[in-house]
Amino acid sequence: MHDQTMTELAAGLRVGTFSSRELTRHYLERIARLNPALNAFITVAAETALAAAALADQAIAAGTAGALTGIPIAHKDIFCTAGLRTSCGSRMLDTFIAPYDATVVERLAAAGAVVLGKTNMDEFAMGSSNETSWYGPVKNPWDETRVPGGSSGGSAAAVAARLCAAATGTDTGGSIRQPAALCGITGIKPTYGRCSRWGMIAFASSLDQAGPMARTAADAALLLQAMAGFDPRDSTSMDTPVPDYVAGLNADLTGLRIGLPKEYFGTGLDERIEASIQAAIREYERQGATVVEIGLPNSPLSVPVYYVVAPAECSSNLARFDGVRYGHRCADPKDLEDLYKRSRAEGFGAEVQRRIMIGTYVLSAGYYDAYYLKAQKGRHLIADDFRRAFEQVDVIMGPTSPTTAFPIGAKMDDPVAMYLNDIYTIAANLAGLPGISIPVAAVDGLPVGLQIVGNYFDEGRLLNVAHRLQRETDWHLGVPVGFE
Amino acid sequence: MALDRSDVEKIAHLARLAVSPADCDRYALDLTNILDLVAQMDAVDTTGVEPMAHPLHMTQRLRPDHATEPNQRDRFQAIAPQTEAGLYLVPKVIE
Repeated sequence: MHDQTMTELAAGLRVGTFSSRELTRHYLERIARLNPALNAFITVAAETALAAAALADQAIAAGTAGALTGIPIAHKDIFCTAGLRTSCGSRMLDTFIAPYDATVVERLAAAGAVVLGKTNMDEFAMGSSNETSWYGPVKNPWDETRVPGGSSGGSAAAVAARLCAAATGTDTGGSIRQPAALCGITGIKPTYGRCSRWGMIAFASSLDQAGPMARTAADAALLLQAMAGFDPRDSTSMDTPVPDYVAGLNADLTGLRIGLPKEYFGTGLDERIEASIQAAIREYERQGATVVEIGLPNSPLSVPVYYVVAPAECSSNLARFDGVRYGHRCADPKDLEDLYKRSRAEGFGAEVQRRIMIGTYVLSAGYYDAYYLKAQKGRHLIADDFRRAFEQVDVIMGPTSPTTAFPIGAKMDDPVAMYLNDIYTIAANLAGLPGISIPVAAVDGLPVGLQIVGNYFDEGRLLNVAHRLQRETDWHLGVPVGFE
Repeated sequence: MALDRSDVEKIAHLARLAVSPADCDRYALDLTNILDLVAQMDAVDTTGVEPMAHPLHMTQRLRPDHATEPNQRDRFQAIAPQTEAGLYLVPKVIE
């Protein structure tokens, strides 16, 4: 059953080939057997999953099933789930049980999805390798000595290893797209404001966005359909109609204008990855698309600007973890300041503390103009590059990541080297644009991702363009050895 | 921009983080390297460019000023490290 896509599983459930209880038990058995080697899950919720599956079977029998009824998925452990621990990959929230569900969790539950558990992640979503988790690194199912990418590394590994039909992720600087690329799955970061941030633990609020991680673009479309839409509880949620993503999947690509930014195909990009991306683009040309070289001249600004904006917002958001209202509290505090300082130093890992300190520094008196204001201006230039590009093209294509999955431990001693993993993904977050990563090749047995960036609220086109490639190629069907 | 251990101590205090003396040098090096990366943005002239705070230039949505959430103090305090009589407990602040 685990070799089927969500679309196929939904059909199997509807005609009664298997029940949701059977399907859920099957995935739980796979998790019990295969997860110990991968560490993709932080919490497995067998009991509640089976109870939800029983309800799903009733709904299917009664003819009241929705698009996702009975399909077992997993949530990144950044989404609050009432009654089920939400750790955010941090010791700070090791015992935290949220009193409410995130909107995304609520919506997927309303669509009938069954939650198998919560997936591992970089601590507070800060990382590109899933090595900063308090619960230990996640292993890449394609090579267990390598990272799955991050920060949604647990979700990516779980989907690639067929431990769940699909999973949720969040993307602040590439945290859906980069692990999707490194694990050979499909992951879409929607437009900023497309999915509600309510109940999603905040890292950098002007960049954070939730999205689906799945085996295929068609599955991602099904999930996004349920996740997207206006939420009055999120003050930055956009009140824009959600189109029918599934209905648009097969639209013809004749006349599609693809922009190739010359800045994305230069130094630092592995030649074999470049060749893989060019091969995928030739397939699009074969389907009637035209290619236009474009310039995104302010691309070199992306990483520097991001490492001001994201840490600044992180230092502000994470100020709430004070050892008083919830989360980790140190033993025997001698006064209030000692309580704050030790609770935070014990609760947060090194990468989170680095980012809080960078954010505190750039926002401190006398430095604001030189750092934060300057970065916000740089952000405007980056967004303007895209605005001009989208006057000429419909989508922008390039690599998702400059390398394939790297060995565990390779970059942990060098934060700046780690940050440069996101060199191609960060700009879309700064501009607020949607982007998708789909597998288009393998280099030395490791997946390569093609990134497709679209205009605001053009997720439907991204899913359509991704699906049309998946109709003609089979890269998305690859299964890592041992997880067939 | 090179930071030294006294800078790290100052920043850690502002951020309310008890960074151990043993870790200060390592953080000073890491933060210096990150700020060197950030300094690359100085190469671009941003004179006259409007700062961008929101990707879609959205303004804050307003709603009528009435209560929308029920009082859930008991549920929220159930996950607090220490409470008493509906209050959060912290070490004595005033002698």
